Amino acid sequence: MAVRLALAPVSTYSASVPEPLVATDLACRRGGRTLFDGLGFRVDPGGALCLEGPNGSGKSSLLRLLAGLLAPASGSVIGGGRRTYLGHDVALKSGLTLAADLGFWARLDGGSARLTAAMAAMNVAGLAQVPCRQLSSGQRRRAGLARVLAAGADCWLLDEPTQGLDTASAALLASAMAAHRASGGMIVTAGHGDIGLAGPQIVRLG
Amino acid sequence: MFWRLIRRDLLLIARSPALWLPVIFFVLVAAIFPFAVGPDARLLARIAPGILWVAALLAALLPVETLVAPDVADGTIDQLAARGIAMELVAAARIVAHWMGFAVPLLLALPVAGVLVGIDAAAGWRLALALLIGTPALAALGVVAAALTASLRGGGAIAGLIILPLALPVLIFGVGADAPGALRLLATASLVIVALAPFAAGAALRQE
Repeated sequence: MAVRLALAPVSTYSASVPEPLVATDLACRRGGRTLFDGLGFRVDPGGALCLEGPNGSGKSSLLRLLAGLLAPASGSVIGGGRRTYLGHDVALKSGLTLAADLGFWARLDGGSARLTAAMAAMNVAGLAQVPCRQLSSGQRRRAGLARVLAAGADCWLLDEPTQGLDTASAALLASAMAAHRASGGMIVTAGHGDIGLAGPQIVRLG
Repeated sequence: MFWRLIRRDLLLIARSPALWLPVIFFVLVAAIFPFAVGPDARLLARIAPGILWVAALLAALLPVETLVAPDVADGTIDQLAARGIAMELVAAARIVAHWMGFAVPLLLALPVAGVLVGIDAAAGWRLALALLIGTPALAALGVVAAALTASLRGGGAIAGLIILPLALPVLIFGVGADAPGALRLLATASLVIVALAPFAAGAALRQE
């Protein structure tokens, strides 16, 4: 942990360094089946955690639990500052333009000023006036990630964020995640293989 | 926050291709009934409020499948919940937006529908007032049923089964609006349904 803290530069964006994300003795039961129990971890500001494990081992459930969408069967999650979540479904409305859709969420998050930069960082600025129904799955994924960037949250919870992304877009995501960690942010991802995080902690489920 | 949710819901309703469906359906039912009942104008005028109430109820049911289910399926509900927004607030906003999306056009189309079923002006005004009081309850029941059935396949049909019995008090007091005290009972029934609906729908949304 000390090494990780030493690697994290002093925060340049957030006003204060958020509390570390600490999970203690977490258990998750879905439909009478125990997915995991006794799970504990700690993510420090600037840190990243990768959840690995076979399909159905509870990676997505753990992320939903961290996002507050599921209640744990036991245990607790504290800290992590403000968290933002991106699941498999990116919640874009087919009838709205991308700018209108992301604008709504940015206003909810108080991040309208950040949205332009976030859309540029995920290379969707040129799609602003395109109706969401015309976006490809990779473009939708990038738009969802732009919403994460614009949220200005301390902790990103990303479920298989590179799914559907081409190499160039995955590189954009990697640099966005690096910048987020450099400013004291935390990242928890679920996924298979390398998603471009430098030196993440690994938690294996299942 | 509440207004932002309503504004977005209204925008989505306005952009949806099904925007005019409830009101067209309402007018169509009013147009078809005289053919079904026959040329007895007095009979038609007598049952006209009942016809228009049933038409309004079914019009409220039409968009039920698109009220909540898409938001559950595409992760919108997750995004709202992850931001700590109460599902009751989401449901309340959806009720307001649904009411404005189906009931306001329907009330505007009421003169046309009224002429088609041969209702006179005095009865027409009474009916308009009763619909104004009763349609919020229909919208609220629609959102509750939509939330309860959001994760079911073919939830629309089940939603109908949920709504119809619950809508009976509104229907009974609405159709009998010229009886003394009926409007007050209608207002009471409507108020109770509208007040409880956000909690019922919110609880359903948290279970998704």
